[in-house]
Amino acid sequence: MAGAFEQKIHETLADTRLQQAVYTATGRLKDSRLAVIAPHVLPDYQELRAHAHLLKRHTVDHLDHYLEKFQRNVESRGGQVVFCNDGAEVADFVLALAKKRGARLIVKSKSMTTEEVDLNEHLEHHGLESVETDLGEYILQLAHERPYHIVAPALHKTRYDVAEILTRRLNAPHETKIEKQTAIARAVLRQKFLAADIGISGANFLVADSGAVVLVENEGNARLATTLPKIHIVVAGIEKVIPRAQDLAVFLKLLARSATGQLLSVYTSFLSGPRRAGEIDGPDEFYVLLLDNGRTKLLPDSAKRQSLYCIRCGACLNACPVYRKIGGHSFPWVYSGPIGAILTPQFMGVSREPSLPFASSLCGACAEVCPVKIDIPSVLVALRADVHQNEARQKRNRVEKLAFRLFRWLMQHPRAYEWAGRLAASLANSADGGWMRRVPVPLNVGPVRAWLSQRDLPPPPSRSFRQLWRQR
Amino acid sequence: MSRNAILDAVRAALGRSEKEPAPDPPPVRLRIPDVSLESRIASMTTSVEALAGRVLRAPTPKHAGPLVRERIANQNAVASNSPYLDECGIRGLPNVHSGITKPDELQKLCAAADVGITGVDYALADTGTLVVLSSPYEARMISLLPPAHLAVMACSRLLTGLDELFTLLPDPAVASSSMVFITGPSRTADIEQILVRGVHGPGEIVVILVG
Amino acid sequence: MRRAFPRIWPNVWVRDDEGGRLDMSQRVSLFVTCMVDQLFPKIGLAMVEVLERLGFRIDFPEAQTCCGQPAFNSGYPEEARAVARHFLDVFEASEAIVVPSGSCTAMIIHHFAELFEKDPTARGRVEQLCERVWEFSQFLTVVAGAEDVGAHLEDVATFHDGCHALRELGIQSAARRLLRHVRGLELREMEPAGECCGFGGTFSVKFAELSGAMARTKIEAIVRTGANIVVSLDPSCLMQIQGVLSRAGLKIRGLHLAEVLASR
Repeated sequence: MAGAFEQKIHETLADTRLQQAVYTATGRLKDSRLAVIAPHVLPDYQELRAHAHLLKRHTVDHLDHYLEKFQRNVESRGGQVVFCNDGAEVADFVLALAKKRGARLIVKSKSMTTEEVDLNEHLEHHGLESVETDLGEYILQLAHERPYHIVAPALHKTRYDVAEILTRRLNAPHETKIEKQTAIARAVLRQKFLAADIGISGANFLVADSGAVVLVENEGNARLATTLPKIHIVVAGIEKVIPRAQDLAVFLKLLARSATGQLLSVYTSFLSGPRRAGEIDGPDEFYVLLLDNGRTKLLPDSAKRQSLYCIRCGACLNACPVYRKIGGHSFPWVYSGPIGAILTPQFMGVSREPSLPFASSLCGACAEVCPVKIDIPSVLVALRADVHQNEARQKRNRVEKLAFRLFRWLMQHPRAYEWAGRLAASLANSADGGWMRRVPVPLNVGPVRAWLSQRDLPPPPSRSFRQLWRQR
Repeated sequence: MSRNAILDAVRAALGRSEKEPAPDPPPVRLRIPDVSLESRIASMTTSVEALAGRVLRAPTPKHAGPLVRERIANQNAVASNSPYLDECGIRGLPNVHSGITKPDELQKLCAAADVGITGVDYALADTGTLVVLSSPYEARMISLLPPAHLAVMACSRLLTGLDELFTLLPDPAVASSSMVFITGPSRTADIEQILVRGVHGPGEIVVILVG
Repeated sequence: MRRAFPRIWPNVWVRDDEGGRLDMSQRVSLFVTCMVDQLFPKIGLAMVEVLERLGFRIDFPEAQTCCGQPAFNSGYPEEARAVARHFLDVFEASEAIVVPSGSCTAMIIHHFAELFEKDPTARGRVEQLCERVWEFSQFLTVVAGAEDVGAHLEDVATFHDGCHALRELGIQSAARRLLRHVRGLELREMEPAGECCGFGGTFSVKFAELSGAMARTKIEAIVRTGANIVVSLDPSCLMQIQGVLSRAGLKIRGLHLAEVLASR
């Protein structure tokens, strides 16, 4: 297999240092989560998950109702809601507003949704300065790289990488102490916060009844970006909406625990519009851009619709034995890990990366940790079937289809199945009865070669179980 | 118009018609444990200290002032306009700027200050969380810009946790455009997973529990 | 409901709280799985040995082939459905069906219903059948109520939790309880536990290098325990793990739980 995806996997597997970094970092996050969802720490964890799933299911099943409600309530408090089909409309809105207000400098807090639509690139292209303020995202912005992990974007960078980036891009003195690197970034970004015209954030939740957005963070950059500038723009996917503020009592108990093993993130902001009369600080203008960008494509199939329940905690990435080996940059899109594996084909079409749904052993570790109980393995299997249907239409991969047709026929005809088994066993003779590294030519087909590239094959038994049974 | 296109697409995908009502969502799930004030104070203290914050006890409001003064020492502080800070005699302390109502002026002072002093609306004992709503008496940037945050609160404001908060405040948007939960000092582990405090928000949190 | 088992090993029965639900008069049907049938028949024989030792009467419906999992997981539901239907036909009359594989058991119990979602008659047959299908270690501990089956094996072992048994069937303590009653056997836990061996059906060949990397991480955990044997409930995990052990030239043996329990 020589596709781009497989090539990136190969390169990542060969990078020992990166392997160690990814495996260790995700291992820590995985263990941190376990400590705070343990039965004696959070006895109703399973109940909370089930409830969170039901809340998401209800909301997504009636998404139009909640989006309209959200809009009404935001606007009743002086904010404005703009529906955007795609990234171009998001960028156009921001650019138009910036032009109207004479805005030049934008500070941004972490938002996967804005990564999804390459917002910064569009803004920079039109002469605006849009600065990422989350430490990891800032470093990556300086390095012109994509985030590696939903929650730990610079997971793949060492302090030496960071030192080099800061020196090269900021002319900062060479500094490898992490605390000092953080202080350098803090000082630079503080000036940006104080001077910025616009603050752009994502949203973890959109609360329909309140007309409010909820931002969850640890650093304080989202608070700064949404407090100091006169204009606050929220960019959020339409699936982020939840019915009531009180439902946060369920979601907030799950989010930080699942993401980093904290009980709550350091800051949770509940923002419902521009500054009210009498309030001293806060933005004068408040906009929520509700982004589709293909989310409506995930709605029709009721079995796959659950892909939209995701609250972006990253727990599935930390649990996934595949992600822990291939890392975030092997994936073709901004969303990586198990959630990325089911979102990407549904947003982009299965032909964007047809082998992506197959890059999983279906071990279920993701489903086990997902706070909203998305059954990721079942969506992967459904996507695999979609890939094959696509192949059938394009008349590709016929050999595999034939092979499985043969499989079906054999498994419905026990005597033929037995005969085929005996034939294969007689061909693959292992003289000393030991595990085999080689097979004779008729058996040396693609899958067998692939197997043998990594491990040995079991010696064929002289008699199958059913033959032995008959002899009892 | 994108709005109609998107909403139409949503409805078509879900098989819903325009103006079709939605059934009630799954019922709200809030459970308030029965926890004594003493337990709540102990829990709050443990939680805040586990996050490298400090908790100081003041038996009455007038005991709070000296604690604040001691912490500020010769440093520069900005205090919110909270009446409770008045009651505690904090707003009149030397080196404490207070009574500011203009955001530009406040931003200049906070950016230069060493300590920000605020009241709180509530605190959540099980997670060591401060709940602060923006109002004419509480500006947002005071607990955000200076590198240290002193929060002065009456014990009566100490709740058990999120469930109790959302029972008291089922819709925080009614009260304010901004409600923030503060759980410990600002932090990141973005570089090599090494914990660093005080990235953008305050790196030091002190909670003064009065009563 | 207490059963009258022949007391072949006096004083060694340990009853599971849930107790036995099976009558001595009932037969147990084996679904050995295509992998055991064709590649690891000794696992099937070991399972027979253990069950007969406990006093069960065994039958082996000869028309059995496969549960359809390879087709289902690879995204060929039509093909999987046909194979599943054959399974229903073959095993419908069985009173109890024991399976030496967590993944095959999970396929039957959790995924047959999905395959026949649009066929109410078949759905009904599936629902009836699923109540009678048991993974081997579950059958022993939950149905037969046995934790000590009179096994004897002097060695040091570690246990690999196969993903389907662990996460889809909730099996974690059953196999360990059975292993702890094997005389002479020292059981050591691997760290980390519960990580996938990397088999995943066609994943093992479609993403061979990645599958191998996952297996090698598993081997490292096994080696760290110092065990000479790694025990699994799943022949597919064994094939993956043993294949990598062999390639690495390591002398650690992979054994199915049935093989350990059959040892005397």
